[in-house]
Amino acid sequence: MTTTLAEKKKLDVSKIVLLFSILILVVIVAVPVLLILITAFFENGRFNIAGVAKILSDPDTYQALLNSLVIAAGTTVVSTVMGTFFAWLVARTDLPFKNTMKALFLVPFMLPSFIGALAWKVLLSPRSGYINKLLMAIFGLERAPFDIMSLGGIIAIESMYLFPFVFLQVAGALERMDPTLEESARISGADLFTITRKITLPLVMPSILAGALLVALYSLSHFGVPAILGTEKGIFNIPTKIYERIYSSGGSFGAIRVGTILSTILVISAALILKLQDMLLKKGQYQVIAGKSMRPVVLKLRGLKYPLLAISIIYIGITVILPTITIFLVGGLKTYGLPFQLKYMTMDNYLKIFQWKITKDAIWNSIYLSVGAAFVTMLAGTMISYVIVKMKFRGKFILQFLGVLPFSLPGTVIALGVILTWSGRFGINLYNTPWIIFVAYIARYMAFAIKSSSASLSQVSDSLEEAGRACGATHWQSLKDIVLPLIRPGMVSAFFLIFLPALRELTTSVLLYGPTTRTIGVAIYTLNEDGETVKAAALASIALIIIFVGETTIRKFLAKLEQRAAKVEEIKNVPA
Amino acid sequence: MADLTLHEVTKAFGSHVVLDRLSLEIRSGECFTIIGPSGCGKTIILRLIAGFEAPDKGEVRIGTKKVADAGFFIPPEDRHIGVVFQDYAVWPHKTVFGNIAYPLELAGVPKSELNSRVREAIALVNLKGLEQRFPYQLSGGQQQRVALARALVMKPEILLLDEPLTNLDANLREEMRFEIKEIQKATGATILYVTHDQEVAMAISDRLAVMDGSGRIHQIGTPEEVYTKPADDFVFKFLGISNMIPVQVSSGKSAVNTAAGPVSLPLIPPSSLEGQQGWLGFRPMDVQISRQDSSNTLQVHAVRVTLLGPIVDYLFDCRGLQIRAQMLTEDALDQDLIIEEGSEVFIAVAAPQWFNQKGEACA
Repeated sequence: MTTTLAEKKKLDVSKIVLLFSILILVVIVAVPVLLILITAFFENGRFNIAGVAKILSDPDTYQALLNSLVIAAGTTVVSTVMGTFFAWLVARTDLPFKNTMKALFLVPFMLPSFIGALAWKVLLSPRSGYINKLLMAIFGLERAPFDIMSLGGIIAIESMYLFPFVFLQVAGALERMDPTLEESARISGADLFTITRKITLPLVMPSILAGALLVALYSLSHFGVPAILGTEKGIFNIPTKIYERIYSSGGSFGAIRVGTILSTILVISAALILKLQDMLLKKGQYQVIAGKSMRPVVLKLRGLKYPLLAISIIYIGITVILPTITIFLVGGLKTYGLPFQLKYMTMDNYLKIFQWKITKDAIWNSIYLSVGAAFVTMLAGTMISYVIVKMKFRGKFILQFLGVLPFSLPGTVIALGVILTWSGRFGINLYNTPWIIFVAYIARYMAFAIKSSSASLSQVSDSLEEAGRACGATHWQSLKDIVLPLIRPGMVSAFFLIFLPALRELTTSVLLYGPTTRTIGVAIYTLNEDGETVKAAALASIALIIIFVGETTIRKFLAKLEQRAAKVEEIKNVPA
Repeated sequence: MADLTLHEVTKAFGSHVVLDRLSLEIRSGECFTIIGPSGCGKTIILRLIAGFEAPDKGEVRIGTKKVADAGFFIPPEDRHIGVVFQDYAVWPHKTVFGNIAYPLELAGVPKSELNSRVREAIALVNLKGLEQRFPYQLSGGQQQRVALARALVMKPEILLLDEPLTNLDANLREEMRFEIKEIQKATGATILYVTHDQEVAMAISDRLAVMDGSGRIHQIGTPEEVYTKPADDFVFKFLGISNMIPVQVSSGKSAVNTAAGPVSLPLIPPSSLEGQQGWLGFRPMDVQISRQDSSNTLQVHAVRVTLLGPIVDYLFDCRGLQIRAQMLTEDALDQDLIIEEGSEVFIAVAAPQWFNQKGEACA
């Protein structure tokens, strides 16, 4: 819609929406990022690249950079291999119970990786890990056979919980792939191995790489697993190093400056990864997606059928069920380290969760912060998407840039930016209040909201709104009566897309919490750090229950919503 | 009733000038069609009138009232114009009744009057009994009727239709095209219809404007005028399949240069073309085919003969010159003209159109 002169004279909706969108993006995104860059590159008002180089070449920070790289690379390779293998198994073989298996492979998404790490530390830590102790007793070993608290351990645990990213991408691509591509190769006389190598693999390669990059992006800036498994042994990656520096110096400016320099590296890597992914997905789209779902050629596994099913089930058992049970059991121990025997078990920890101040506060904080942030972010994201998708004005590219910027801001970076912005520099000091976490969540999840709303807005053709105007509706009325009802399903799913991850957020919150503003993630982490492993596990169990119940009911609800929206879609997509 | 006037309107998107000082007058109560190839800017004219775009220069007037110029703009909701979009733009979350009632709700029409007016509009477009359906339960043609009823329910003096029949199948298109004409008679509204389909344009317009790809209007006139007296070769070619033959005129005779040397044509060219090169244009249907030679015929041989149902389509060759011809199947059967490929026949041209080198028509 062109902004026009007469509209400008009135109190004009499009102008208000535009101004608000700019304001939000500037305050929430642009200012924090700018402050990070300024803090990183300017010292006492002077551009200082030598200082940056000095900090990066300091062995301590250099090692963190290196570790981040090693962890991200390792996790990416392992996740990609596993994700691709399982995706192929589910999409292209006659594996029994395919649909159930497909759903099961996505369950690791539900288990927050730091809770997984906590469980694995309980099981496989070199000194007190239950499995290690068991194996030492059985085989009479002198040293623990596994050491989960190592770079390899971190990579293994992160891969366990990140491989669904690859699995989803690849399974989707394999299912959508036009089977005639493979059939024609078969007619030309190629055997299945050749077809897989020469046709199938190259066609799904963009999806594999896109999934891999998603894992890399996530792992590079991931706090939870390295914090739980590495910190104790002096293994730091960028986010844990930033946390350690700030935490041990009590939030000194020097530490924050180091943080901003490391953050800049995170942002640049994230931007590069996203750019690469974008290019790959664009390239892959026209080749693979054939639109309708097809019946692909299925490989008969014959004798391997049940062994492979068993392997899949064992894999899920080890990655999901074993840690979950461990967490619940540890949460029921009287004291950490006792064997799992009924006489050492108690319900006390679980009952006290809702009485004990730290945990009670944490549950309450997480719930209201995630609901509040999800709601506000959804509204703001919808408004910003409207401006980006529907409005025409000069300088739109600036807003578009600001709109995609949140995608490349890792949680740690957002936390630092928020600290720099809201610690009194502009007259408002939110430090140690829940509001600073609230603002950080908005910045962190803005990308989700914009993505989701843009998708549903771009399906509402301009003519629907114009028809409203021609019928006598003002701009505001056409928004309210036509656009909003049509994108409501997208807004609802945006809300839950934010609410669920915010509920278990750790990376950002851990840099921002104060004495009374722990979130669930922070409380589990700090309790464990303080040696209260049993209480941490009990709280983690409660969190798992909340997440599981939340995810399943919401998934059902969203599926229903989608069904209804699909009907509407049919006519929204009349060719223009 | 209201005239629609565009005066010297210029509209550009970035550096791309879509309309350059375009003037157009649509008379009150007429059905006026703008036809042109897709992307020629005809939809922009409609959007300028509706108020979805503002002109960079020039003026848009409805009746005597100015609705937009470079510095003044009345928003679409205050122009009281009915618009029907190419993609129907029926609101998917409202029922048929809800869609049609919306303009009346906005205008604050009382409930009882609203009900009767919606029913009236529904009856007008033959949608009775479907009031409570949602758009996804309707066919394309029914959705189009909803869009039409929604545009008509406010009894607008002006109705803008943007290729509303393009997405319909051939039968429905024909049916709807008569209905639009009927509705215009019933309501007396001024209709501006935009399309690239010359058949629809011919069938429903009182007058039509033929526009080229660069946004220039070549001719405005009644369908008959435009078809029988095209202003230039563009209009002629745009309105149907045509033969265009380059000719050389001298001493009152026309000849065409072929690979096998000049062939003299048995047609008298207009004197204004004397001594010049120009073009001879004629429709395939205006080619008369015969097995006998006579003074005004040309000998050709058949390259391709295709039976298209009611008509037979021929492609003839005359020493390298290709000529399309068509004939009613019935007549072709009567005269034994379903001929073998390669056979020799004689053709005459009934309604020749002459154009000079610039493409202008010559009488």
